[in-house]
Amino acid sequence: MSYALTDSATMIRRNLKRVIRYPSMTFQLLLMPVVFLLLFVYVLGGTLGAGIGGPTGGRAEYLNYVTPTIILMAITSAVQGTTISIALDMTEGIVDRFRTMAIARVSVLTGHVVGSLVQTVLSISFVLGVAVLIGFRPKANAVEWLALIGLLVAMAFALIWLSAALGLASKTVEGSSNVGLPLILLPFFGNGFVPTDSMPTVLRWFAEYQPFTPFITALRGLFMGTPIGNNGWIALGWCVVIGFGGYLWSKKLFNREAIR
Amino acid sequence: MNAITATGLRRSYGDQEVLKGVDLNVQRGTVFSLLGANGAGKTTTVKILSTLIRADSGSATVAGHDLVRDPDAVRAAIGVTGQFSAVDNLLTGRENLKLMADLNHLGRTEGKLKVQLLLELFDIADAADKIASTYSGGMRRRLDLAMTLVGSPQVIFLDEPTTGLDPRGRRAMWEIVRRIVADGVTIFLTTQYLEEADELADRIAVLDHGKIVAEGTADELKRRIPGGHVLLQFTELRDLESAARVIGSASRDGEALALRVPNDGSVRSLKALLDRLDQNAVAVDSLSMHTPDLDDVFLALTGKPETVTHS
Repeated sequence: MSYALTDSATMIRRNLKRVIRYPSMTFQLLLMPVVFLLLFVYVLGGTLGAGIGGPTGGRAEYLNYVTPTIILMAITSAVQGTTISIALDMTEGIVDRFRTMAIARVSVLTGHVVGSLVQTVLSISFVLGVAVLIGFRPKANAVEWLALIGLLVAMAFALIWLSAALGLASKTVEGSSNVGLPLILLPFFGNGFVPTDSMPTVLRWFAEYQPFTPFITALRGLFMGTPIGNNGWIALGWCVVIGFGGYLWSKKLFNREAIR
Repeated sequence: MNAITATGLRRSYGDQEVLKGVDLNVQRGTVFSLLGANGAGKTTTVKILSTLIRADSGSATVAGHDLVRDPDAVRAAIGVTGQFSAVDNLLTGRENLKLMADLNHLGRTEGKLKVQLLLELFDIADAADKIASTYSGGMRRRLDLAMTLVGSPQVIFLDEPTTGLDPRGRRAMWEIVRRIVADGVTIFLTTQYLEEADELADRIAVLDHGKIVAEGTADELKRRIPGGHVLLQFTELRDLESAARVIGSASRDGEALALRVPNDGSVRSLKALLDRLDQNAVAVDSLSMHTPDLDDVFLALTGKPETVTHS
C-alpha cells in the first residue's frame, strides 16, 4: 500500500496524457454546455427572462439565472467522458495487465477520477469564461467564491465517481455513452431553467426534492451574493451521498472478476 | 525447484465446468507449453495462475508464492502477455514502456535505460514516439511483450502470443521468446499451434476439455502414437479397393481416394510395398511419406474425447 500514492500519480499522468491525445472528446463534451448557454440566452432568454419574474425580467436577468445551471451541465457533460473512457479502458486489455501487476489496485480508478476532475475544472472555467464574455456578472465576494469552488469541485468529484461506476457497469463502450443521459436531462426536471412553481404538482414535487435543485439554488445565491439558506449544506450532503455511493459501487465493480 | 505448481485446479463459469482438475509442474528456467484447441481451458488456466481470477478449488504456487494467500508477491514475480493486446493505444510505444517502468517503481535513470534497451531489443525504436494505435499487429505484440519484461519477471505467461500474426511475425516472436529463455526466465506458453510448442517448449501438456490428457517432451508425446505411414493416392475407386485387398493392413483416409499404410519409413519396407502393388498391377496416382508429428499426437489425443485414455 505504500505505493498507492506513487501509483496513483503515475495513473493520473497516464489519464491526462490520454485526454490530451484525444482532444475531440474534450471538445465534444465542452460543446454541449456552450451551445445550451447560447441557445437558452439568445433564443429563449428573452421570453424566459420575462417569465422568471425578476426586477427587470429580460435577457440579462435570464443569463444570471441560467449560468449556474449551464455550469452544472458543464460538469454532467464532462463526466460522460469519465464513463466512456473507463468503459473503453475495460475493453482494452491494459486493465487486465494492471490487475496482474503488484500495484495499488485503486490507482487505476484514482487515475481516471483525478484526470477527469482536472478536465472538468477546466471545462467549468471555460464555460464560466464564455458566460462572462456574453455579459454574466457575478457579485460574489471572496468567501462566496471559495464556497462556489468548493461546491463545484464536490459535485464534480461526486458525479465523476458515479460515472466511473456507470462506466464499469457498462458492457460495451457504445452502451456507456448513453447511460449518463439522465444526468444531462436532470437539470430540466428541477429549477435549472425555469422556477419549479410553474410545473404540474407531481413534477414540482420531484423538481423540488431532486439533488440538483438545492445545488443550483446555492450556486445562484453565491454567484449573486444573495442568501442561500441551508441549500448549500443540502447540496453538499447530496455530493457526499452520491460520491461515496459511486466510490463504493466502483470499487465493488472493479474488484469483481474480469470475465470479459 | 518448480516455478509453477498446481494441483486440482477447477473452475466453472455458470454451470459450465471449464477446468476439471488440472495439475501442473513447471520447472524453473524452462518453457512449458499448454497445448489445446479453442475452448480447452488454456486462457482460464492462465487467468487463474496470473491472479486475474480465482479457481473454484485446487491450489497453486507461482515463483514459490501461494496464489490465494499472497497474490501480490505472485504479481511482483510474474509478467503476463495475454491473447488480447494490453497496450495503451493512446500512448506512444515509449510512453507505454515508461508507464510500466513507473508502475514497477524503477528509478528515473534505471527506467529510462530499461525503456531504451527494450525499444531496441524489440525492434520498435524507430516507432518509439508514434502512438501505439498506429502500430502493425506484430509490432503491437512486440510492444506488449516488451511491456511485460520491464519489471524483469521470473515467470512469464504468454497466452497465444502468435495468434493472428503472419508467418514472419510468428518467427520473430519465437526468436524473442528464445532470447528471453536464455536469460533464465520461466515461460508458460499457451498455444493451439503444435509447431509452436514443438519449436519452443521443453515440456508440453495437452489440455482437452478442461483436463490434461498427456504431458511430456515433444519426443515423448510423438512416441506415444503409432509410427509413420505412407499415404497412397488413387484416381479410381477400383484401384483403391484392389490395393486395400493386396496390402491388408491399410486404412481408408477419410472420404478421399487415399489409403494410409503403416510404414516405418525405411527404404526397404517402402520398396517392398511398391513391389507388391506393382506385382498386382494396382495403379497408384501418387505417394507421400508421413513421419509422426505433434499434429498426429494432438488429433489422436483430442480428436475423439470419449475414447481418449487418460494417463
